[in-house]
Formats: sequence, structure tokens, C-alpha cells
Amino acid sequence: MLQVSKLLEGDKRTAAKMITLIENDGEGKQQLLSEIYPHTGRAHVIGVTGSPGAGKSSLTDELIKRARGDNRKVGVIAVDPTSPISGGALLGDRIRMQEHALDKGVFIRSMGTRGSLGGLARATRDVVKVLDAYGCEIIIVETVGVGQSELDIMHYADTTLVVLTPGAGDHIQTIKAGIMEIADIFVINKCDLGNTKKMMIDIAQMLDMSPRFDGRWRPPVAETSVKNNTGIEELWSLIGQHLEYTQKSGELDQSVRNRLSMEVVEMAEEEVRRLLWEQFNKNGSMDDLLDKLAQREADPYNEARKLVQNFICQIPNGKEL
Amino acid sequence: MARKIRVLVAKPGLDGHDRGARVIARGLRDAGMEVVYTGLHQTPEQIVEAAIQEDVDVVGLSILSGAHMTLFPRIYDLLKENGAEDIMVMGGGTIPEADVKALIEGGWAAQIFTPGATLESIVDWINTNVNLN
Ligand code: B12
Ligand SMILES: Nc1nc2c(ncn2[C@@H]2O[C@H](COP(=O)(O)OP(=O)(O)OP(=O)(O)O)[C@@H](O)[C@H]2O)c(=O)[nH]1
Ligand SMILES: [Mg+2]
Repeated sequence: MLQVSKLLEGDKRTAAKMITLIENDGEGKQQLLSEIYPHTGRAHVIGVTGSPGAGKSSLTDELIKRARGDNRKVGVIAVDPTSPISGGALLGDRIRMQEHALDKGVFIRSMGTRGSLGGLARATRDVVKVLDAYGCEIIIVETVGVGQSELDIMHYADTTLVVLTPGAGDHIQTIKAGIMEIADIFVINKCDLGNTKKMMIDIAQMLDMSPRFDGRWRPPVAETSVKNNTGIEELWSLIGQHLEYTQKSGELDQSVRNRLSMEVVEMAEEEVRRLLWEQFNKNGSMDDLLDKLAQREADPYNEARKLVQNFICQIPNGKEL
Repeated sequence: MARKIRVLVAKPGLDGHDRGARVIARGLRDAGMEVVYTGLHQTPEQIVEAAIQEDVDVVGLSILSGAHMTLFPRIYDLLKENGAEDIMVMGGGTIPEADVKALIEGGWAAQIFTPGATLESIVDWINTNVNLN
């Protein structure tokens, strides 16, 4: 029913329904993704991360405007947290981008994290591919307001923006060590609200201490105010410069290759895990085994090895799984 | 992964009463649904576009301005024009009983909840009437 040819023609409803299918792990997902894959790899993926309320959605809205000004088709994936208690989610990022709702060159999709802990939804990577094949030249991914460990965006984006606000300046050394390290560009938003000088110095000092930037891209700092509409042109131009740099230096190719190897191994891992569970549960004497483990008559270390051995023996050479 | 009901809660027109919409949005989230909220002052066209891109199962309109007799039909028609009439339209607000009846009988709205309706009844109705597959 869902046709890849329609996606490639830019059919909106098809794109939206494919995203739903992927999000729900629906039937035919693998097949669909493998059909889409040859048509991907063209979009520039921009990640927007930073603390809750820093202005990620407002900045995304501004970036959409700039991209449209350059006549580029834009996709946005805006991720908000799923409540671990109810399983529901309030997806509110779109409020700040609704002026683009009628623009045929903009596709905005909100997603809940659905139990994933890295600041993105598990399906994000695949949804990027759908939008890429749909024809989006620029894809902006807004993460949930991050804490310490929500760093997944660095594995998905070609250019990662870390959005801070002047108020956070006092304790920049102590906050979010990880977050500070994934930035390709720092954005100090809400410049209208306070002095950014201290934060600029803190960021510069932090970068000076790190040897990784010698002779390479050193994350620049953009000072923006969405409210007063300042600094956004500069930010847009920095994003372009970063892309150009990573293309010329070969770093883009390298990170694409890293991403692809992660993707293949992660998917294989998932499949192997599923097969291992199948094997473990299929073993008729599982109850006995669990009894023995509980009674300390057997130990998990040897049992794990046996499970792997049995598993491997069951795959005849060259036969398909 | 289980399928989740996705709902767009929208406030069409110049109506600035957003308390009800926010209460509903939070209530549906707490009932396990994914709720997209698009904020105040949305045109019917914006609402329908958002509903399609977000691939929601339900559009819930909150109308306390008195303009319900034009807004509900307009949004229903736009969905139809876009081949998206499978997305259900319902809502609530200060809507006189006679108008509720007319909107439902005319097929413009699947259901309408007026002031005092409990969250529980709204959640139950959505869970019962949204066909997930
Ligand atoms: C609070 C209020 C205000 C506040 C709004 C604050 C805010 N941010 O929301 C303020 C003071 C700003 C205000 C202003 C005005 N108001 Co006023 N306001 C009210 C009042 C007293 C209560 C509304 C409310 O918040 N109820 C609480 C919420 C939880 O209830 P609810 O929205 O009805 O939602 C329930 C159901 O309707 C339903 N529901 C609602 N939405 C949805 C959506 C979905 C998807 C679903 C499933 C269900 C659902 O479920 C909810 C739970 O039961 C009503 C009177 C009344 N009794 O309703 C007048 C009322 C709505 N206001 C009215 C008017 C006229 C105005 C003004 C024009 C007054 C003026 N002349 O300036 C302005 C207009 C403002 C604007 N820009 O639109 C009139 C509207 C008349 C009409 N429909 O023709 C009313 C009915 C008062 C009256 N009897 O005259 N108002
Ligand atoms: N003063 C000022 N306020 C801003 C600026 N940018 C955004 N805001 C306001 O900050 C609030 C949060 O903005 P959002 O864009 O929703 O922030 P966010 O980072 O996307 O928030 P979450 O997604 O909830 O983490 C809103 O009320 C914005 O209007 C700015 O440059 N200056
Ligand atoms: Mg946001």
C-alpha cells in the first residue's frame, strides 16, 4: 500500500504514513527501509540540542526560514520526552514552527522518545532516511532538552549545535561535560537577556584546554537572540562553513562511514539478541536450568558460553538464518 | 512496539481561551497518548497540514469563540480535499446543545464535549472510537 515511488515523488501523506509505520515497528519496515536506502545520503543533517527551554525550537524555526530563503526543501524532526509512567507524550515543539505549516517545502514531524534514553527516539535515524528520500535537502533534528547523557545526536547529525543561554554561564565548567564536547557550533541564545561575555570566555578556555582542535575545526560561538532577530544570519553562515570544512577535510566522509558501521553492527546485534532469546526459550529444559542456577548448582558464566556454543553450532555453514 | 494513539489538539481562529485545550492535551498525554499541540490562532489550513504531516488519528478542536458552525465543517472539508478524511475530527468548548447535535448529525464532528465533561469520559471515548491498525 505504501509505495516508495510515491515517496520519491514527494507525496506528503506517504511520507507521514511511512514514518508512523517505522515508529511503530510495523510489518514490512525492514523491506521498506531497504528500498528507501539507495535514495538517501543527500541531505545535510543539522542537530539542535541544549538545555530545556534554551530556544531550540525557536532557533529551528529561524533556520527553516533561512533554508527556505535559499530555496532548499527542509525536514524537521522534533523529539520530546515520552512519560515513563503513562507512555504518553506532549509534543509541543511544533508551536514555534507553525508559520511554515503551509509551505510545501517544509515537512515537520514530532516524535516521542518512547523509552529511548539518548535524547532522541529510537526511530530517529530511520525517519531521517524517509525525509531524505522524500527530497529534503536540509534535515533539522531537535533533541529533547538534554541533561548529561543524551548524546545520541552526535551519531546522527553532520553538524551539531549546542544551544546555551547567558544565565547558564556561572557554572559552565561543571555542567554537561559530554554535551560541551559534541558541539560543532555553540549557540548562546537569548542574548537579549544577559551579558554573554563570561560564557564566551568560559567556552574559549574550555576549547583551549582541549588538544583535539589543533589544526582542525574549532567550534565557533554564535550569539543569537530570536526575540530581537540578531545573530541568526551569522549562525546560518557558520553552519554552511562547517559543512564545507567537513566536506573538504574528509571528516564528513569519515563520520558517515563510522555511522554506517555502527548502524550495521547495531542492527546485527539486535537480530542476534532476538535469536539468542529464541534459542534460550526454545530449550525445553529451561525451567530446570533456572532452578539449577537459583540453587547455585549451575553458574551463569558457563551457561552463557554454552548458549553461544549451541547457537553457533546450529548455523550450518553458509545457510541463511 | 505498541501503536500509540496520536492526537492533534488545535485552537482554530482568533479564540484565545486556551485553558481547556491545555487541560485536554495534558490529560490525553497522561492517558498514554501522543499529543501534538500547535498553539493558538491556527487557520483551518494550518491545522489540516499539521494533521497530515504528524499523521494523527484524531484532530481535537477546542472552540470557545462561537465560530464552531463554520470551523468544524471547514476543517472536515479540507481533510477530505486532501484525501485525509480517515482522520477523525472531534472537539469541545462552549457549544450549544443544538449545534452539537447539528455538527454530529451533519458528519462534521464525530463527537463534541462541552464544559464540565470529565477527562475520563473524553479518554474513554477516544480509546473506544479510534481504530488502531
Ligand atoms: C476563563 C475565561 C476567559 C479567560 C481565558 C483564559 C485562558 N487563557 O483560557 C479570559 C479572561 C482571558 C477570557 C476572555 C474572553 N472571554 Co472568556 N471565558 C472564560 C470562562 C469563564 C471559562 C473558560 C475556561 O477556561 N474553562 C475551563 C476549561 C477547562 O473548560 P473548557 O475550555 O470549556 O473545556 C472543557 C470542555 O469544553 C471540553 N473541551 C474544550 N476544548 C476541548 C478540546 C477537545 C479536543 C476536547 C475533547 C474537549 C474540549 O473539555 C473541557 C473539560 O470539560 C468562559 C465561561 C465558561 N463557563 O466556559 C468564558 C467565555 C468562554 N468567554 C467568553 C467571552 C465572550 C470572552 C471575551 C470575548 C470577553 C471580552 N469581551 O473581552 C474574551 C475573549 C478572549 C479571546 N482572545 O478569545 C464567552 C464566549 C461566548 C461565546 N462562545 O460566544 C464565555 C462563554 C463567557 C460567556 N458566557 O459569555 N475568558
Ligand atoms: N528573551 C528571549 N526569549 C526567547 C529567545 N528564544 C526563545 N525564547 C523563548 O524561550 C521559550 C522557550 O523557547 P523554545 O524555542 O520553546 O525552547 P526549546 O529549547 O525548544 O524548549 P524545549 O523543547 O521545551 O526544551 C519560549 O517562550 C521562547 O519564546 C530569545 O532569543 N530571547
Ligand atoms: Mg523545543
